Amino acid sequence: MKDNKLKLVISHSPHVHANNSVKKIMYLVILALIPELLVSLAYFGLGALIVTLTAVGSAVFFEWFIQKFLMKKKPTISDGSAIITGLLLAFNVPSNLPIWMVIVGALVAIGIGKMSFGGLGNNVFNPALVGRVFLLISFPVAMTSWPTPGGQNLTAYTDAVTGATPLGVIKEGVKNGESISQLMAQIPDYWNMFLGHVGGSLGEISALALLLGGLFLIWKKIVNWQIPVAILTTVVVFTGILHLADPDKYADPLFHLLTGGMMLGSFFMATDMVTSPMTPKGMTIFGIGIGILVVVIRVWGAYPEGMSFAILIMNAFVPLINMYSKPKLYGEVKKNGK
Amino acid sequence: MVALKTFKKGGVHPADNKFSADKPFVKAPLPKMAIIHVTQHLGAPAKVLVKKGDKVKTGQLIAEASGFISANIHSSVTGKVMKIDNAIDASGYKKTAIYIKTDKEEVWEDGIDTSDDLVKDIPYSPQEIVEKVKKAGVVGMGGATFPTNVKLTPPPGKKAEYVIINGVECEPYLTVDHRTMLEKGHELMVGTKILMKALGVDKAIIGIENNKPDAIEYLTKISKEYGGITIQPLKMKYPQGGEKQLINAILGREVPSGGLPIDVGVVVQNVGTTVAVYKAVQKNMPLIERTVTVSGTNFPNPANYIVRIGTPIKELVEFAGGVPENTGKIIAGGPMTGKALSSLDVPVQKGTSGVIFFPEEAAHRKPYQDCIRCAKCVSVCPSGLEPYLLMTVTEKQMYDVARKNHITDCIECGSCSFICPTYRPLLDYIRLGKKTVMDQIRAERAQKQKK
Repeated sequence: MKDNKLKLVISHSPHVHANNSVKKIMYLVILALIPELLVSLAYFGLGALIVTLTAVGSAVFFEWFIQKFLMKKKPTISDGSAIITGLLLAFNVPSNLPIWMVIVGALVAIGIGKMSFGGLGNNVFNPALVGRVFLLISFPVAMTSWPTPGGQNLTAYTDAVTGATPLGVIKEGVKNGESISQLMAQIPDYWNMFLGHVGGSLGEISALALLLGGLFLIWKKIVNWQIPVAILTTVVVFTGILHLADPDKYADPLFHLLTGGMMLGSFFMATDMVTSPMTPKGMTIFGIGIGILVVVIRVWGAYPEGMSFAILIMNAFVPLINMYSKPKLYGEVKKNGK
Repeated sequence: MVALKTFKKGGVHPADNKFSADKPFVKAPLPKMAIIHVTQHLGAPAKVLVKKGDKVKTGQLIAEASGFISANIHSSVTGKVMKIDNAIDASGYKKTAIYIKTDKEEVWEDGIDTSDDLVKDIPYSPQEIVEKVKKAGVVGMGGATFPTNVKLTPPPGKKAEYVIINGVECEPYLTVDHRTMLEKGHELMVGTKILMKALGVDKAIIGIENNKPDAIEYLTKISKEYGGITIQPLKMKYPQGGEKQLINAILGREVPSGGLPIDVGVVVQNVGTTVAVYKAVQKNMPLIERTVTVSGTNFPNPANYIVRIGTPIKELVEFAGGVPENTGKIIAGGPMTGKALSSLDVPVQKGTSGVIFFPEEAAHRKPYQDCIRCAKCVSVCPSGLEPYLLMTVTEKQMYDVARKNHITDCIECGSCSFICPTYRPLLDYIRLGKKTVMDQIRAERAQKQKK
C-alpha cells in the first residue's frame, strides 16, 4: 500500500490564496497616478517629462544598486515600489528642477528614506517625502520657483517662466496686511485650480485628476477611505472656523482643498501602506493629525505649504497610534458585561 | 425573497469552485479492510472494547467514550478484528486504530433500522434523545467533530433559545451539505425537530448561503410542514460557517470572547450532524458512514459519496476515478481549513468532509516577503485581531504580548494568510503562539487549583 509515485506537498491550511501581490498593488497605484501625470505633461510639457523620467529612472537604479551591491540580495525592483517612489518624488518637485537635484532627491528617498530601514515594508517615513524635504531644505530657491502652467513653458525646462503659487501669494499678502478678498484677484479662480491650470509642484496641480486616481484606489480597496476623508474633513472644519472668525485674514476651506499638495498628499502620500496605521481607528487619528498640522503650518508656520511636514510628523507617530488603536474584538463588549 | 444577511466583521471571498454541486450521492463500496481510529472526535480517545480475532457486526460498539468529552466508536463493517495497531490519520500522526477485515456478507447489529422510511414522530424525552445521540457516537460533522450530546447538554443555568442549523458550507469545493439538504430534506427537518425537543426550544433557523438557491427554495417549501423552522438565506462570505460568524449573521449577536454559543442562547449544529442525529434517534443508527466530496481543479469527475468510516482514502479515490496526473497536494477537508495528506492510506473519519486534489503548480506556497503593512489581514479578520502583529510577536516569542492581543480568540479560519499580498504564513505562526499561550493558561489554572 505504498504510494511510491505520489510526491505530496504537506503544508498547513489555508491551501488557497487570493493571488493578490505587492506587484499588483503597486501597478494599480501607478495606474491611479496616470491621470495627474497626463495633466502635468499637458501643462508643464518638456520639464515635466524630463523630471519624471529622471526621478523614476534614478529611483529604480538606486534601489537595484543598493539591493545588489550593498545589501547583497536579489533586487526586487520589478515589484514596482521604486517606480512609485520615483513618480511621487517627481510629483512633489517643480518641473524646472535641474536633473542633478532630482537624482540627489531620488538617492535620498531610496537610500535614506527606504533602504537604510531595510527596504520595502520597514521604512518609518514616506520615502518620496524624505527626498522632497531634503531637497526643500538643501535647495530652497530651486524648490520654490514654480513654473507657470502652459504657454511657452511647454517646451522649456530650467528656463521656464516662474511665478508664485496661490498659497505663496496668500501667505505673503496676509503678512503684508492685505485682505483675502484683494489677494484672491491675483490667483487663478477655483475652477482653474480644480482642473490644474495653476502653478505648483509637477504633480499636485489638478485636484480633479488626483481625485479620480484616489477614488479609483479606494474602489480597488488599496487605499482605505479613512485617511483622505479624515484629512480633508479636518482641514475643512479647521479652516472653516478660521474663515468664519475673520474672512479677511483666513482663506476659505475650498481654497485650502484645491491648493498645494492637499489632494496629492491626502490620497497618495499619507495613504502609503507602509507608513500609515493598521486599523480604521488609527487611520482616522492619523488623518486628523495631518489635517491639523497642515493648517497650522499653512496659516501660522514659516512655509506657505505644510503637507509634507505634516505627513512626515504623523509618520513618526504611527507606531504609537498602532499601540493605542486596537480593532474591536468579536465578542468584546459582552465580556465586560456592557 | 427574504433579505440576505451576513456577519459584520471581516471575511474573504475565495473562489467557491463547487464543481460537484449537481452530483447526487453515490454509495462507495465497502472497504476491504476498515481502519477505524479511536480518536475521531475532539476530546479523550475512546476505550477499545474488542480484541484481535473478535467477530463484529456492522454498527456494533467497538470502542466506548471515556469521559464527558469523548464519543463512542462503532464498527462500520461486518468482519473480523485483525489487529489493534497504530495507523496514520489526516494529521500525519499515528494513532490507535482497530483494523477490521470485511466479510462478504453484511450483518447488522440488532435494533438498527436500515430502511429509508421517514419516521416523523418523536416519542422520546429530551434525556432519551441525548442518550441516544451519545450512544450512536454522533459528533459535529462539519469538521470540528465536537461530541454532539455534549452540545445538547447546556451547563446548569444556561438556556437555549434558538437552534441554528449550519447549511453554509463556506469552504470551496465541498458540496456534501448542499446535497444533503437537497436529498435528505425531510430527515434534516425531523432531525431539527429532535434537536429543538432535546433543548426545549421552539425556534430553529437554517442558514444557507445564496450560492445554493435550490436548497434555499426546497427547504423553505418543505419547512412549512414542520412548525418553528425558518430558512435564512445568507450572502456568501468566508468563514460564515464558523459558529460565531453564523450566529452573528443570523441573529446579530456576538458570542462573548472566550465563551460558547450557549452564552447567547444558541446551539449550532451542522446539516450532516442533524441528519446523523435523526438516524441515531429514529433509526438507532450509529455514526458509521458519512458524506464526502471528492473534487479538485484538475480532477475529472468531481462527485459526492456516502462512505463508511474507516475506508482508506485510497480505496475511495480509486472508486472515484483515481488520482489525477500531476497531483501535488491532496487535502482532507476544504482548502481553507483542511489538512494536507502525507499518504492515501489515511482512512475516512467522522470529520472528513472532502478529498480535494491540487495540481503540482498550485501545491506550493510562494516565498514570503517582509510585511508591507497594508492592513488587509486586520480588515479581513473575523475575530477583530491583528494577525500581522500576532505573527511578529510569536516570531519573537513575546507570548505575553500575544496574549494581551487576544491570540486565543483566533478561530484559525486562515483569512489572513489567504489575503496577504506578501504571502506571509500568518496563521502558521498564530497557531504556534496560540498553542503556547493556551498551554500557559492551562498551567496557571492547574496551579491555582493546587492552592
